[in-house]
Amino acid sequence: MFIGAIGCEPLQLRRVHLENSRSLDVYRRNGGYQAIKKVLDSMSPDDVITEVKKSALRGRGGAGFPTGMKWSFVPKDSPKEKYVVCNADESEPGTFKDRYLMERDPHMLIEGMLIAAYALNAKTNYIYTRGEYKYLIDIMDVALDEARAAGLLGEKILGTDFSCEVYTHTGAGAYICGEETALLSSLEGMRGHPRMKPPFPAVSGLYASPTVVNNVETLTAVPDIIKLGGEAYQKLGTEKSGGTKLWSVSGHVNQPGVYELPMGYDDMEKFIMEDCGGITNGKQLKAVIPGGSSVYIMRADQILGKDVRMDYEGLVAGGSMVGSGGFIVMDETVDVFESTKNLTEFYKHESCGWCTPCREGTDWLVKVFKRIESGGGRPDDAQLMLDLCDNIEGKSFCPLGDAAAWPIQSAIKRFPEDFMKHLAR
Amino acid sequence: MSQQLTQIQPLSQPVQMPEGIATFSPEVESEIDRHLAKYPVMRSAILPLMFIVQRERGYLDPPGVAYLAQRLKLRITDIWEVATFYSMINIKPVGQYHIQVCKTLSCKLLGSDKITQVCTEKLGIKAGEMTADGRFSLSEVECLGSCGTAPMFQVNFDYHENLTAEKVGQILDSLK
Repeated sequence: MFIGAIGCEPLQLRRVHLENSRSLDVYRRNGGYQAIKKVLDSMSPDDVITEVKKSALRGRGGAGFPTGMKWSFVPKDSPKEKYVVCNADESEPGTFKDRYLMERDPHMLIEGMLIAAYALNAKTNYIYTRGEYKYLIDIMDVALDEARAAGLLGEKILGTDFSCEVYTHTGAGAYICGEETALLSSLEGMRGHPRMKPPFPAVSGLYASPTVVNNVETLTAVPDIIKLGGEAYQKLGTEKSGGTKLWSVSGHVNQPGVYELPMGYDDMEKFIMEDCGGITNGKQLKAVIPGGSSVYIMRADQILGKDVRMDYEGLVAGGSMVGSGGFIVMDETVDVFESTKNLTEFYKHESCGWCTPCREGTDWLVKVFKRIESGGGRPDDAQLMLDLCDNIEGKSFCPLGDAAAWPIQSAIKRFPEDFMKHLAR
Repeated sequence: MSQQLTQIQPLSQPVQMPEGIATFSPEVESEIDRHLAKYPVMRSAILPLMFIVQRERGYLDPPGVAYLAQRLKLRITDIWEVATFYSMINIKPVGQYHIQVCKTLSCKLLGSDKITQVCTEKLGIKAGEMTADGRFSLSEVECLGSCGTAPMFQVNFDYHENLTAEKVGQILDSLK
């Protein structure tokens, strides 16, 4: 599997191929912990937030919300404890970038969390990692111990008055806990049910205190923003989304992997057909889901010859979304009815059961898929599925409902022939 | 704890009420203490502690649940409420080796069905079952974040990636 940068100097993936890349020593010899030093030596918390705003960094978990803005929502005058929580619950099908960041460069995440904790005056911070990634929790615990022993974590960091702690926390196999409010419920020891927003976590999050929840890739971008300066970081990408972005690529491509590209990379066809080595076994491209399973599926003819730019605006214009940046590439042999059924089963399994539209809707969708598959398809089933989706989309308590509806809606609209084939039998 | 509280059972799970309370070695107790020290609220440690109980007792059994309730100063039902939500918390016995084949799209495209089939043939059990000797359980699970190295399965916590039928055979033989 390929791990590396294309079209830019590697930033987040700079150290991944070094020997012992996860050790404190290698991290420090390759520019590590200089950003936190710069912050503690010469910057106020507000300066840090200003730089992150200038960088045009947008949350890499899926929603793409501007990170600096998110940080600035934390009320400074609140007497409550503040928390920074790293979302390492990476569970979106097709997404596996955070895993390699933590596996190969855990100190980069610790440094990013330290800077965020300084900016937000947070003393206690958590890395919420999905339970299946236990080996990553072990790697992070070793790295945290190393940092603690070197005076980079704990009391009076680097001899200054800044003190803070970072702890690992384990999930236990629930996709919904990647949604930030469900993650906080889970971190409080509850079932992973999402919570009403507002109040947003920035005001009332973990233990009803101001909390910032950021994805691994978002936090690991922060040290470079401080070192390069917000403006220089932004210029690596586009005006609206700065810097570089990691894309996970899987499915029918010759070279799957984690690719670091500048935001606004031009274009999607070149990326899949050249950078990722094209389609396996010389087959034709049929479809791509570009943002993790929760976004609209794209037809080959929406990509080939269409000059789809790889950033938030470019992918929306192309007919989908960046999401978590997980490309699932499918060749001409794939039946989109089958692939959509597979994803619908995923959402049914992962629906947390809290709200009726999502719990019942995903269950019924799977029932319809199964009836069609066993030969009981009816001509109006496509419309029935669209109606079910319409009763979930925008009507569920959290975005999981939308995420379940969008793949089906787009698949029926863009690959009607694959559905009709089953209904006509 | 009142008799009434201990008799409440979750609606959907047939639950055996604890007959005793699990006990652990001093080493495990101090590991539990270390987890509790991370959080301002004890209840936050519920998932890490459940994994420890599972590791020590094979699964989260009723005496383990009673232990957690006592340790975290929660009701028995609070523990069940959380335990039944998370797919990695086993409230029934699982095999010594729990084979978890990823079945979500990227793995599916690259042949996860074949992987499950080979496991079934080798072990003589279907997904969702356990061998009679209690050595192996087989499950099909949702995305494990290994899409670029598909198909894959996890044996307990270990990732095995870029699987082929031959590789699956070798791995299972090495565990037998």
